[in-house]
Amino acid sequence: MWDQEIRQMASSHAIMASGVFMATVVPAVLVPGFSVYGTHLLWLYSVAGAVAVVNITLFWLLGVSSPTKKHTITYKVSRLVRSCLYLLLSCLFFHTVVILYGAPLLETALETFSLAVLLTSLTTLRCVCVLGPNVQAWIRVFSRHGAMSVWDTSLQMVVGCSVVGAWLGAFPIPLDWDRPWQVWPVSCSLGAVIGYLTGLVAAPAWIHWHRKHLTYKIK
Amino acid sequence: MRIRSSVFACFCLILEVLGIALFLRGFFPVPIKSSFSSKSKLSDVPPEPFTGRSLNSSKVPDALFKRVVIVLIDALREDFVFGPNGRKYMPYIRHLVERGSTHSFVAKARPPTVTMPRIKALTTGSIPGFIDVVMNLNSPVLLEDNLIWQAKTAGKRMVFYGDDTWVKLFPKHFMEYDGTTSFFVSDYTEVDNNVTRHLDSTLKRDDWDILILHYLGLDHIGHISGPHSSLIQPKLMEMDDILKKIHGSLILKEAEGALPYLLVLCGDHGMSETGSHGGSSEHEVNTPLVLISPAFKKKVGMEKPSTVEQVDLTPTLALGLGLPISQNSVGRLIQPVVEEASLRDQLRFLHLNGHQLSYLLKDSMPAYEKEEGYEQFRVAEKSHGNWVKLVVEGNTSEVLANMGKKVFKQYLEALRAMSAALSKQLGKYDMYSMVVGMVLVFQLLLLMLLAMPEALSSASEVDLPVSSALLSLPFYLLCLLLSSVHVLVCTSAESSCYFCSLSWGLVFGAVALSSALLCILVSMAARRGAKPPGKSPSHGGVSGGWSLSELDVLLLVGTAGHTLSLSASSFVEEEHQVWYFLLNTLCLVVFQDVCRKYFRERRANIGSFEDEAYLLPSNEGDAVASPLADLGVTDAGSEKWLALATPPLTLACCRLLRSLNQTGVQWAHLPDLGHWLNSLEHKMVLSLFAALSLALIYFLVQRRCSWVSKIALALGLLGVYSYRAAVGNVVFPWHHGGGNMSKGTVEARFVYVFVLGILFTGSKDLLRSQVITADARLKSRGLWEIYSGVVLLVALLFRAHNLPVLCCCLLVQTLMAQFIWKKLHYDAAQTTIMHYWFGQAFFYFQGNSNSIATVDISVGFVGLESYVEAPAFFLTALSTYAGPLLWAAHLVCYLSSEKRSSVAVGHGCYCLALLRSVPAAAYVVLVTALRYHLFIWSVFSPKLLYESMHTLLTAAICLFFTTMEQSRSSSRP
Repeated sequence: MWDQEIRQMASSHAIMASGVFMATVVPAVLVPGFSVYGTHLLWLYSVAGAVAVVNITLFWLLGVSSPTKKHTITYKVSRLVRSCLYLLLSCLFFHTVVILYGAPLLETALETFSLAVLLTSLTTLRCVCVLGPNVQAWIRVFSRHGAMSVWDTSLQMVVGCSVVGAWLGAFPIPLDWDRPWQVWPVSCSLGAVIGYLTGLVAAPAWIHWHRKHLTYKIK
Repeated sequence: MRIRSSVFACFCLILEVLGIALFLRGFFPVPIKSSFSSKSKLSDVPPEPFTGRSLNSSKVPDALFKRVVIVLIDALREDFVFGPNGRKYMPYIRHLVERGSTHSFVAKARPPTVTMPRIKALTTGSIPGFIDVVMNLNSPVLLEDNLIWQAKTAGKRMVFYGDDTWVKLFPKHFMEYDGTTSFFVSDYTEVDNNVTRHLDSTLKRDDWDILILHYLGLDHIGHISGPHSSLIQPKLMEMDDILKKIHGSLILKEAEGALPYLLVLCGDHGMSETGSHGGSSEHEVNTPLVLISPAFKKKVGMEKPSTVEQVDLTPTLALGLGLPISQNSVGRLIQPVVEEASLRDQLRFLHLNGHQLSYLLKDSMPAYEKEEGYEQFRVAEKSHGNWVKLVVEGNTSEVLANMGKKVFKQYLEALRAMSAALSKQLGKYDMYSMVVGMVLVFQLLLLMLLAMPEALSSASEVDLPVSSALLSLPFYLLCLLLSSVHVLVCTSAESSCYFCSLSWGLVFGAVALSSALLCILVSMAARRGAKPPGKSPSHGGVSGGWSLSELDVLLLVGTAGHTLSLSASSFVEEEHQVWYFLLNTLCLVVFQDVCRKYFRERRANIGSFEDEAYLLPSNEGDAVASPLADLGVTDAGSEKWLALATPPLTLACCRLLRSLNQTGVQWAHLPDLGHWLNSLEHKMVLSLFAALSLALIYFLVQRRCSWVSKIALALGLLGVYSYRAAVGNVVFPWHHGGGNMSKGTVEARFVYVFVLGILFTGSKDLLRSQVITADARLKSRGLWEIYSGVVLLVALLFRAHNLPVLCCCLLVQTLMAQFIWKKLHYDAAQTTIMHYWFGQAFFYFQGNSNSIATVDISVGFVGLESYVEAPAFFLTALSTYAGPLLWAAHLVCYLSSEKRSSVAVGHGCYCLALLRSVPAAAYVVLVTALRYHLFIWSVFSPKLLYESMHTLLTAAICLFFTTMEQSRSSSRP
């Protein structure tokens, strides 16, 4: 039914995944002494940046976001400003949640905030790209039976997988193995990125598998 | 037979407790103790064996040493002295080991390699089992027969400097002592300087016989930075200097003709590669033992030190000092120490040691005569007698010397065999009892799982095919089979087995129970299988139908995941992290549910869903009637915002409480709010916190009480504050006496009176509602009063800095009950699981952990003049499990106030029982599988005790549930 869109989605997800891959490999070549554990924050920012750039470019090119009714420059600027505001708020939100989960309040604030930035770039950024800065639409998509298009379903899956990945990533921390990836926030950010990649793979596959049963309400 | 699901759950849980008790009995080896509680006396010492007339002296041979200095260095690893780095670390000792008149050994410590059990082992010569450590939690004084007591009785003057564990164990034994606490692990210089500062003056004096020094610094360094840290070398060199100084002054004091001195260097346990200890790895177990005395032969070069047991030092020291060997010692004489004595004396020493071991063997083993060692000892004793006779008669031939050597060898063999038999008995698990207990627990768990659809149905009744099972042929066949297996196992077992020693009636009861359960299980499974699974009546259970909400998924995954996580020792140590994590996620999911509900409704209002729009006003009407009026909020529109604010507030509370008490193992040393509040300069803040918490507790609890209990509650809470002030935890505003700390007995008893009063009022209301009026409101008030009585008691028992925990607990309960559980229509099963999770998390918020060390024993003394076993145990258990208990009590109150209360209470009871038995059963299997794990004694066993205690408590709570439901259903017809 949505063969065209599924193919589009699969290829764009492949590009996003390769973006994450490049963000890991390129600094390893360019920056001396780069490693995922050792210079973790650097890796984290490079992944976050790559994901952001790839997402914004791809969704802008694809034009998935609901077509804007107005084309005035002020409207566009206000949309941009609101998007940035939402992204910032989402960073703060994730930071708070991570602290509520037990991260130290002050000592590792930078690490915690970096994790929040990564999570934002993996989840909220995609929301902004797909749905625009529109909280009502976000609530609709994330309530039950709220997806209205293939992209909404993929958004649900990718966001869900990233968050669950980060959640699962916290489990190895109490183990007494003394490995470099047990240091805060390495396992969580690794979990989030792995979850994100899983979501990227799983979403088109799942939609392709269920394409006969998928029905979407028309707005 | 149809029974209600609460009765069913209760029955299952009680039987499960019995199964676990049987398992525990098999799992924890009973410590060997001689049955006489007295101590060995000099007059009990057996005479030297002699064939013929017994004219011989029955006195212990004379002491070999005049003065003994024991230098115990905590966590001294064997390779620090004997290893390749030894020459660098401890040059002087190493030189003595190679060239001096010394004996060196590697002494093997037994796990748990923790200081206190090790000190006990060194002084009593017994091997303290794990259960011993637990049993002696409340009486720190070592009451068993021990070397120090023997020395004191013999009039030896002892001086002790070092770890204050010794001072606690032997409070009145030392002529002079100075204990240093090992509280601040980060301090590794001061603790040792505190010991060394006494050394010079003590060494100059002449008025002591035994000097014991216990240095803690090395252990602290190990904990901070491990065995390869750069701090190790300077510390060991400092120790080496101290030993050099002691040795030098001992040599100076050495007088011609007098008995020589003995300097002992030993470690209590080793240090693992990460610097910790407690387990049973090579490095933790192997400690050096160096004995230095001019009585020994000079060494000519480095020899590979032979291995002895740590407990062997006890009889060696006892005999060396001319003291009786303490009764429960399983050690054997370290023979090289006495090799310079005459053959007759040597044989005498060995005989004394053997005699003591054979007595212990006789006492602890029913079949002692079959033991190889015991027979060998009898033979050796007889030939020893013959030998002595020949010696006394003046025979000096070659034959005599050969015969003496033969006796000597026989003795050594006998000692080795007896000591091995005794130690083996300690390390053995009683597998048969364990398996029987485990099978019982598992059958019950399966039964509960199979009965789940029925138990959670709207009728809340379980149909057990008891009569058909009892009358079936397989049941009798199974009974026969199991009985024959029992006979077979018990007749073929070599070691003692608890289940075999039970009386026949009990065993047959267990056999019949087990086979009946098996038959019931099979027939229920067959019934389940016969029904098409898809068409089973829809039940309100956790797995309700095919559409699981996120909450259900989380609750199921969380329960299963937590059970699985128990298989990793780190997750057992850090179990609180798992619960905090799950609880946070639960709150977030609930938050999502709340958001969904209220935002959905708004959309529904805007849209055309009129039925929901109808529902909304009625909801709000309810809200105005009950919760908001109670809380003094009258604005109906604010209900939504309060509901939305509840989960974030709960999260914030949890975050706060989490930093109140750092618990677990890895991060336990981090500073927390609790320490900050308890420090002296913050006493004012602590007082304010406590007062505020108590006020809030009153405000939260009083709203559903009758006026009598309101007053009682208020007075009781005031009493709690004055108790804390009397004990000296908090400041009393108009009382500046200061300094005179009492035990606060009067204040505590004052509170007890009110607790009893409130409990009495509550039970009176309950009884009245049951017998006379069948009034639901009276009943729920009675329940609430009992609940508030428990709250008051807990408030009294909690330490001052933990009062915010209680306060937050009540706050979260109130908010969740008003705005979440009622409004979102969670069913009884979901509510029960959430209550259980909260209960678990609050268990850790109070500062508990899965190690025995965090049990606060001082609670047992609140309001008591002295230690009385029963109330102390009750109070300690209550305060330890206050979190789970309060949440369970709240669950009863909440469920019985619901409209369809009878069914809800039944479901709640069943779920609670199931939630408890799943981890308990899984853990029993896990522990059995991991029984040879490195951390079995340090990590898994304490957790096993916690699990069993919790199961026992839950069984009691379920019993309460059942009576609550009973009264309701009996009052209905």
